[in-house]
Amino acid sequence: MAQVSMTVNGKAASGEVEGRTLLSSFLRDTLQLTGTHVGCDTSQCGACVVHVNGEAVKACTMLAAEADGAEVATIEGQANADGSLNVIQQAFQDHHGLQCGFCTPGMVMSAAALLKENPTPSEAEVREYLEGNICRCTGYHNIVKAIMAASGQDVSSIAAE
Amino acid sequence: MYNFDIERPGSVADAATAMGREEAQALGGGQTLIPTLKQRLASPSVLVSLSGIAEMQGVCTTDDGRVAIGGATTHATVARDAAALYPGLADLASHIGDPAVRNRGTIGGSLANNDPSACYPAAALASGATIITNNREIAADDYFQGMFTTALEEGEIITEVRFPVPEASNYQKFVQPASRFALVGVFVAKFAESVRVAVTGASNDGVFRWSEAEAALSGNFSQSAVDGLSLPGDNMISDLHGTGAYRAHLVGVMTKRAVTAAG
Repeated sequence: MAQVSMTVNGKAASGEVEGRTLLSSFLRDTLQLTGTHVGCDTSQCGACVVHVNGEAVKACTMLAAEADGAEVATIEGQANADGSLNVIQQAFQDHHGLQCGFCTPGMVMSAAALLKENPTPSEAEVREYLEGNICRCTGYHNIVKAIMAASGQDVSSIAAE
Repeated sequence: MYNFDIERPGSVADAATAMGREEAQALGGGQTLIPTLKQRLASPSVLVSLSGIAEMQGVCTTDDGRVAIGGATTHATVARDAAALYPGLADLASHIGDPAVRNRGTIGGSLANNDPSACYPAAALASGATIITNNREIAADDYFQGMFTTALEEGEIITEVRFPVPEASNYQKFVQPASRFALVGVFVAKFAESVRVAVTGASNDGVFRWSEAEAALSGNFSQSAVDGLSLPGDNMISDLHGTGAYRAHLVGVMTKRAVTAAG
């Protein structure tokens, strides 16, 4: 067992981990931050996407020990300071970008990473960026629409309701 | 996963020392290795993380005009920082896996693993790159030795990869729609004197050069030069995603597309 320390959503966090402890396990089991979901555990579904030092990564495919000293952001830290939903989260609600909601934490974290890199993406760019995030309910349409809306773009022309 | 120790050295020298431990395994970005460990297909006693080694990070141009990429450089960094230096390579890097995978996966990890469907081996072989380790330099033509097999010795670490920059280049992959790995990927690199064509995803022997297409394209760099050329399907990977004959056909199609896109 080794001690790891990191900053999670702006707060210092530390704990004991084994070599094999995944970042997703550390967040969920040690820190009780269960918003980071583990859908597939095979690096494909993207429900576990968090940001490590500002970059989107799959928390189920990174060892907790590798995040020692890192700045980690999870879905729990995404709301505004007053507790209201942030722009992306609100857009998901407004545009019905979720049904069962299991993939949503990863979708929101991927969307946040995309918009930081590319503040006004095209629809094709949004779809390409979400290649590693799987949703089994929505057919993606309203997720894409929500992210386009969150970027401040007019989504009234995005058809197929 | 079986348990293991993890070491995070800060220098290549310390990493090489750590790799001397019994059943040590280097850890690049872990985007293949961690899923492999979860499946219990590997059971190292210690993982030596290469992600904290500053001298293995980044992209630059060498004095002789080659593009040098640190072994621990992520695909996302190559996509961004090599875009102006070697656009064909940067474009390949920008389509590996998905964005989260590209933020962790590294060029050294990909080349060391030499997955038969990985993208980077095609770029390294077609470019005539040099694989630089903590011990020596290995020409790409000598480095790839079959599926998941390379010239690397036990404990050897890829510290850097140097790419000669072609006049024109392009990589085309036909993705397997579920895994997004290359069902077939072809990298075409046009140099002043010759053209090199490397194929990934297709062969039971891993990445290979298609010498017949190289000869034809060296005389006439247009997709018509590839017309009439064909590869035998008998040593191609044949699985539920595609027969060997289908993959052999795709090699021709992807080569033509790459030539056209390279311009």
